[in-house]
Amino acid sequence: MTAELGHFALILAMFIAMVQATLPLIGAQKNLPVWIELANPASYLQLALTTFAFGCLIHVYLISDFTVVNVVQNSHTAKPVLYKVAGAWGNHEGSLLLWVFILSLFGAAVALFGRNLPPAFKARVLSVQAMIAIGFYLFMLFTSNPFERVTPAPLNGTDLNPLLQDPGLAFHPPMLYLGYVGFSIAFSFAIAALIEGRVDAAWARWVRPWTLAAWVFLSGGIALGSWWAYYELGWGGWWFWDPVENASFMPWLAGTALLHSAVVVEKRDTLKGWTVLLAIVAFSMSLLGTFIVRSGVLTSVHAFATDPARGVFILLLLATVIGGSLALFAWRGPQLKSSGVFQPISREGALLFNNLVMTTGLAAVLLGTLYPLFIDVVGGAKISVGAPFFNAVFLPLMMPMIVAMAAGPFLNWKRGDLMPALGRLRFAFILALVAGAAAWSVETGGSFMGVIGIALAVWLAAGVLAEITERVRLFKAPPAQSLRRLRRIPRATWGMSLAHFGMALVIAGMAGAGGWKEESIQSMKPGEIVHVGGYDYRFDGARKAEGPNYDLVLGTFSVFKDGDLFVVLNPEKRFYPVTQMPTTEAAIHTTLMGDLYAVIGDEEGTDGKYVTRIYYNPLVVWMWIGTLVMMFGGGLSISDRRHRVGVPHRRQPLAPAATVPSS
Amino acid sequence: MTKKQIFFIAPLLVFLVLVGYFAVGLTRDPSVLPNMLAGKPVPEFSLVPLQGRDSVGFKNTDLLNDITLVNVFGSWCVACRVEHPFLMALKKQNLIPIHAIDWREEDKQAGPQWLKRYGDPYSRVGDDPKSRAAIAFGVTGAPETFLVDKKGVVRFKYIGPLNDEAWRTQLQPLIEKLRTESPS
Amino acid sequence: MRFYLCALLFVVFWSPAGLAVNPDEILKDPALEARARDISKGLRCLVCQNQSIDDSDASLAKDLRVLVRDRLRAGDSNEQVVTYVVSRYGDFVLLKPPFNSATLILWVGPFLLVIAGLIAIALFFRKNQTTAALPTGAKPLSKAEEKRLADLLAEAEQ
Repeated sequence: MTAELGHFALILAMFIAMVQATLPLIGAQKNLPVWIELANPASYLQLALTTFAFGCLIHVYLISDFTVVNVVQNSHTAKPVLYKVAGAWGNHEGSLLLWVFILSLFGAAVALFGRNLPPAFKARVLSVQAMIAIGFYLFMLFTSNPFERVTPAPLNGTDLNPLLQDPGLAFHPPMLYLGYVGFSIAFSFAIAALIEGRVDAAWARWVRPWTLAAWVFLSGGIALGSWWAYYELGWGGWWFWDPVENASFMPWLAGTALLHSAVVVEKRDTLKGWTVLLAIVAFSMSLLGTFIVRSGVLTSVHAFATDPARGVFILLLLATVIGGSLALFAWRGPQLKSSGVFQPISREGALLFNNLVMTTGLAAVLLGTLYPLFIDVVGGAKISVGAPFFNAVFLPLMMPMIVAMAAGPFLNWKRGDLMPALGRLRFAFILALVAGAAAWSVETGGSFMGVIGIALAVWLAAGVLAEITERVRLFKAPPAQSLRRLRRIPRATWGMSLAHFGMALVIAGMAGAGGWKEESIQSMKPGEIVHVGGYDYRFDGARKAEGPNYDLVLGTFSVFKDGDLFVVLNPEKRFYPVTQMPTTEAAIHTTLMGDLYAVIGDEEGTDGKYVTRIYYNPLVVWMWIGTLVMMFGGGLSISDRRHRVGVPHRRQPLAPAATVPSS
Repeated sequence: MTKKQIFFIAPLLVFLVLVGYFAVGLTRDPSVLPNMLAGKPVPEFSLVPLQGRDSVGFKNTDLLNDITLVNVFGSWCVACRVEHPFLMALKKQNLIPIHAIDWREEDKQAGPQWLKRYGDPYSRVGDDPKSRAAIAFGVTGAPETFLVDKKGVVRFKYIGPLNDEAWRTQLQPLIEKLRTESPS
Repeated sequence: MRFYLCALLFVVFWSPAGLAVNPDEILKDPALEARARDISKGLRCLVCQNQSIDDSDASLAKDLRVLVRDRLRAGDSNEQVVTYVVSRYGDFVLLKPPFNSATLILWVGPFLLVIAGLIAIALFFRKNQTTAALPTGAKPLSKAEEKRLADLLAEAEQ
């Protein structure tokens, strides 16, 4: 019964979305307040229905209702409760339900927090949200119903892929989707603005907190996925430039560009068409990611969900949503008039430079990800585009931006002076050189990129600190005045500094892990010692045991530093009998300088000898800390009074923004 | 059209091209690799026999002077079991000699036992525990079946479990064509 | 996620060989082993998605790693080893696509885009300059005025 109720709720939600997509939009065009008013209750109702449907799915998972196909395919009675719940979204159908649930959550949030938006504008935004939702409801109901029944019901399920039975991956999809779907708000705002033919500072301020929220979640989602790969794969890799990873990275690049260009729209009333385009692109990349992962065009037929009907349906959805919005952009975009002017060397110029790098980076990733498909379609050979390509093309593209990132905040709006800005960065420059030289001297066969990465990280971090110092006039003004200035720095500014500083930490982590990783692979008898990354690992043997729904081999390493016991590591090797799949659980001890990473492999012979893999991954923890700092910076910026959702008002609600002669 | 209009229309055009590629891309299977050996002589290989089956083994020179099939299988491969009844039926019709590479057996006994259990349609079988022959043939997964002509040149590769339909529509016409080209 | 995709394939391809490079595969000569690792990192695991044979625990990847090492030991150069594998599996096996007419757009495209972007920005500024020149007509600020303006703006921002 629960499954049918959930199914019914989804159908109902689709009809509500159809009402929400049409009536408020017509109401806004014809100025019918009653129809405009419909948008709010419709959004709440949609949220209530999708919440109910999502609850139903989790319920059938919790009670292991094996009359539901989805539960049979992805669950098992012996599975721990957390993974029964996570199993609900760890599959194609369930993750789509999560997607529409989050979509309606954001829609309702706009309805609730957007009280100060002009009613007609808000109605248009919510209508566009509902249009996107309709597409996904149809997709689910026609090709991917999570509530489908099966008769006769099997006695037990086939279990969730053991790799997904992991806390990191349990929360990875919700985080990622909060990011993906969050960009739908910026998208809807952009479409509504195109319909109205008007983009102004207030618009930019409305868009910013939503984009920031999506960006924060997406950053978190990507980092969670990366972190999971790091500890689960068993050798410390964290990024592979895989199509599925790229699918999450491309919206992030577009979203980051959007955050920066929206600042220019807000402060300087220019780059409007461009910013609207970025808002469309950011969400389009989210949809494209869905298409890539779900249709099987790039991943092999064995991937997540591959079914011709599904592929065709998503492509149609993609063509309608993205094609429709870009057509609207082509038609209405030229009406957006900009007034602000600025010099190439200025704050706006720096932000524009960020946009150039972010979008070309995005284009490079998109090109690399899709190129094998292009070659296949035009009848050429099958080729692969893997990590070596992306590292060779993407990283050099990013470097100039990191250099500019430290200088940008020193530049004035409209017209800046480069020399004084660089002068203020002289200490950062010296520090970066010293750090690079230090990194070079401990070079242990790693890549030159590691040295550049460390230097760039130090340059950026020192640049951020220099900027704050300059802002509070430290040592230049009396300490009391500096303190007062420090307190008055707006949260949005702190947010920027923190996000940039976090980026510096992430770069340091990537450079460290990429350049100075140490590994040692061998067979070890109990009592044997190997030396890796300045530590001695003594293998104390391994024993077999049983987990809740798996068997395991538990290894023990005593790690010594300079003869003293430093830490004991217990890596596991698990075997899940239901799916007949093994997983490795690396034992990781994190220090600020690097991670001690031990893995136990197969038994060799009978005398307790095991294959062991021991790694030293320098500075890895800074990647995760840096991401958290970036996310915190984003959150702080959202909480800024000026950006607080709903606060900004249009200064002149009716006057068109045509005070400056148009070109 | 002004420069400004180009800027606003360009994204739509780029996207439409993309959609076109995607539409065609949906009809392709990204996991199917081209047959690098097509039209080239079979690679040199020499495999030891399966334990207890015979003592001749299987090598590339065995593929000369007749049109033959080379089937890559393994006892661990589920799809091969699906395919096997078809190969048995094909053997009964005595249309073409079928040779095999027993690929990647961890256990020397596994292959011969599997053949005892499900039937043995093969003329020559070689044991390839370290994938030497399989790599030389460019095999990515089992089962795969190669059609080799009289001169020992690889003419066709079929990926996945061979079945009646694939036989009738793809392999049989090709074999007939090869036979008419150089009748024995 | 890539590993997840690969994991699904193990249903068919899993063999209890263990993870990636095994101690029994490692060559005694560290220079040769380093070359083998280098080559392995650039060769794609054919069974998995976008994973190199160096990272993969698929059995075919293991056999390819051993083959690479055997060929190196037999005196092949790095190029000869790679050429052999490519002759069997095609360019698909190379994670770094070769630079040729088919991949021209792939390799040159991103840099052309940077140039196109710079040109677009230059055009934007040219237009920007002309519009800027129109309404103001005022003479540029003096150094002192500019400094005072910057101070005021900084003050206003607090």
